[in-house]
Amino acid sequence: MSDAATHALEHHEPVTSTGIPSKKILMWAFLGSDCMFFGTLISTHLIYRKISATVGSTTVDIRNIFDIELTSFSTFILLASSLFMALAVSAIHKGNLTSTRWMLLGTIIFGSIFLACQVYEFTHFVTHEGHELTLSHYQGQDHVFGSTFYVLTGTHGTHVAIGVFWLLGWLVYSFTGKMSTADAMDIECCGLYWHFVDIVWIIIFPVVYLMEYAF
Amino acid sequence: MATESVKYVAPETETKLQNQVFPRPGQHTTGIIDWLTTIDHKKIGFMYGLTALFFLLVGGLEALLIRSQLWNHNLDILNNREYNQMFTMHGTTMVFLVIMPLSAAFFNFVMPLQIGARDVAFPRMNTLSLWCFIAGGITLNLSWFFTGGSPAIGWFGYAPLTDNRFAEVMNDMGPDFWVFSLQILGVASLLASFNFITTIINMRAPGMTMMRLPVFTWMTLVVSFLIILAFPAITIALAELMFDRTYGTNFYDFQEGGKPHLWQHLFWIFGHPEVYILILPAMGIVSEVIPAFSRKPLFGYGLIVFSGVIIGFMGFAVWSHHMFTTGMGIVATSAFAILTMLIAIPTGVKIFNWIGTMWGGRIRFETPMLFALGFITMFMIGGFTGIMHSSVPIDAQHQDSYFVVAHFHYVLIGGALFGLFSGFYFWLPKMTGRLMNEKIGKVVFTLMFIGFNVTFFPMHYLGMIGQPRRTHTYNLGHGFEAWNQIATVGAFVLGIGIAIGVYQFVSSFFDKKLKPAGKNPWDARTLEWTLSSPVKEYNFARMPIIKSRDQAWENNYGPKEKHSEKEPLDDHGVHMPDRSWCPLVTGAGLLTLILGMLFHATKDLETGVVLERDYMIPIIGGIVFIIGIIMWAMEGPGGYHLFPKEDEE
Repeated sequence: MSDAATHALEHHEPVTSTGIPSKKILMWAFLGSDCMFFGTLISTHLIYRKISATVGSTTVDIRNIFDIELTSFSTFILLASSLFMALAVSAIHKGNLTSTRWMLLGTIIFGSIFLACQVYEFTHFVTHEGHELTLSHYQGQDHVFGSTFYVLTGTHGTHVAIGVFWLLGWLVYSFTGKMSTADAMDIECCGLYWHFVDIVWIIIFPVVYLMEYAF
Repeated sequence: MATESVKYVAPETETKLQNQVFPRPGQHTTGIIDWLTTIDHKKIGFMYGLTALFFLLVGGLEALLIRSQLWNHNLDILNNREYNQMFTMHGTTMVFLVIMPLSAAFFNFVMPLQIGARDVAFPRMNTLSLWCFIAGGITLNLSWFFTGGSPAIGWFGYAPLTDNRFAEVMNDMGPDFWVFSLQILGVASLLASFNFITTIINMRAPGMTMMRLPVFTWMTLVVSFLIILAFPAITIALAELMFDRTYGTNFYDFQEGGKPHLWQHLFWIFGHPEVYILILPAMGIVSEVIPAFSRKPLFGYGLIVFSGVIIGFMGFAVWSHHMFTTGMGIVATSAFAILTMLIAIPTGVKIFNWIGTMWGGRIRFETPMLFALGFITMFMIGGFTGIMHSSVPIDAQHQDSYFVVAHFHYVLIGGALFGLFSGFYFWLPKMTGRLMNEKIGKVVFTLMFIGFNVTFFPMHYLGMIGQPRRTHTYNLGHGFEAWNQIATVGAFVLGIGIAIGVYQFVSSFFDKKLKPAGKNPWDARTLEWTLSSPVKEYNFARMPIIKSRDQAWENNYGPKEKHSEKEPLDDHGVHMPDRSWCPLVTGAGLLTLILGMLFHATKDLETGVVLERDYMIPIIGGIVFIIGIIMWAMEGPGGYHLFPKEDEE
């Protein structure tokens, strides 16, 4: 038996062939699958971005409604939340419950700020005077940009929201008095998910927002 | 399955939190509650198999209706819309509700036994994927009873056939049912695949290295990777379609800037790997059956495994050969044509290796072997026509003709279904503990083999002389009648063969007069044949230590140093996870959510304009779903211990 397996036995964890806990492998497989998920959405957006740049004679300039300062701010917030997440994982591995709790709370708050920015952004875009971007129209004309934009960023927002609820679950659980280093693995999986969602946003932000200013 | 030597002790691991609403069924649960809450991979495999066999009969009846309609020119047994519904439902049912779950049944039952595991890595998640599959089957077939009847868009659902404005029936709900049922079936496949990947990577017995894995397990792994990487594409494509149909987005709406072409790409990025998802499990089964009945080890094990992996990998790079006639341009078309031709190489390697396995072997022509041989020959014919289609100019001629229908039925019936039937005749004795009647088995094979060829071989010719597919009838004077009548007769022979086969499978569960199978009725080679039939609920009393690739064979005939050993009996006994209601609750929540979404909008019956949206039922479904997950997380794996005697397995 390998060292890793013996080590796992001492901690009353099931022995695995690779020594890696099964939950972690499951999470990595899921994230691989989720890459294809967002890959499909992002390619849909990129394909339509060029071929549907104009409707009729009107050239669509989406910069009219983008608020790049706000989005840059919320991007920064989301990236910063990853630091809290990493610290939370580190704290639970060390068995520091108080610190874990605070770091979870920090991640939740930063995630929520990001979501709030997105909600503000969506409502702002839909009602923007003269440049309304809805699911099917831009400035009152049929257009695909709204479809791809809302569905792509909305799917990402849903992922963030699921992450926030997941972390909230851990925060509540930390007050039941049953949380211990035995849960470190589960929180680490949660962290993997959270970092992944962050990384997806690192791709979405330049591809959907910044690119409109460059090309 | 509990035996005398099994005594009950209190679980060592306490559940994290007891919930009073759904107390966990105890160790000795039997009857319906046992089946509803089971997390045993073998019982889940049974339920997958039985449900899929039921849908096989449903899809078969739809096929027979199609064949009856084509008996003669200008018949009206089905009108054109009903005909479209039939081929849509036939295709969707056979792909998603028959071949995939039949493969999943074998994955569930056989794979953990082959790698020496007590169960899959996440037993409760395995149950949830079963319930999601059943929910998807229910959702798809509910479509018959609502506005517009079942979908009439083909199993590929090409845009703009799915566009609301072009629906033949106002407020046609068929495509909505199709979209939602495919989504939930996708959830089922994804969950199962995550589970199988983790199981194969992480739960192998000591000594069971990756290159000692039986080929069937290898193919399970490859197929699981294909599923987790291919299904997201269809999930997004369907989500976009759902937004188009429900909230008026423009993804596939050509009048408002969308491109129907995009749907084809997204669908086939999923759809082509899907073809390999359907065929690779059958290849895995055949790779187990042929060595057993040739009394030789598999020829070129490494090459067969490697070819399977290459097929899976290249399967992602050939999707556009389904779209040669859509005008993608010369470069794209040529590239996909070349890659498609290349993929024939690993497939050919496998076939030669199977032939090499039989070469010089002492071959026994029992039913599983007959189906395996049927697989090789019929799949080769399907493969040859497939290589023909990889040539773009030829494909342009064959496109949308019955030649294509002949091609993919040779691959999917002659290939996948024959392979799966071979698996049934091979492994059912292990599942039920009873041998099936060999004579009936041979009758089934003969009927199926003859019926299948009589049905589909003439279709090559029909396609060449110009009969278009997906067309509900044909006129007098084309000379189509005679061949169509031959095909229809063949279809009924094939149908009878399959029906007898299904009856034989189901009855072998109940028929106590059948001969007991014993541990290894076929003198087969892999680890599952060292266990008693039916397999005990704990699978392995003591963890085996694997010494060679064909462990059951080496134990019987091999040198002493290749015999498997056993880990010493553990004081703690065999740890068994508890049954749970949570997967069922979670699945029911998901089904409610989906049905609620289907009916959430009140529409004007005249114009189809949405008057009101009521999200009450979807929200309730969502809440049940979340409650299910929370209870699931809180109850933990739980568990009890069994103490089987030394060699009671």
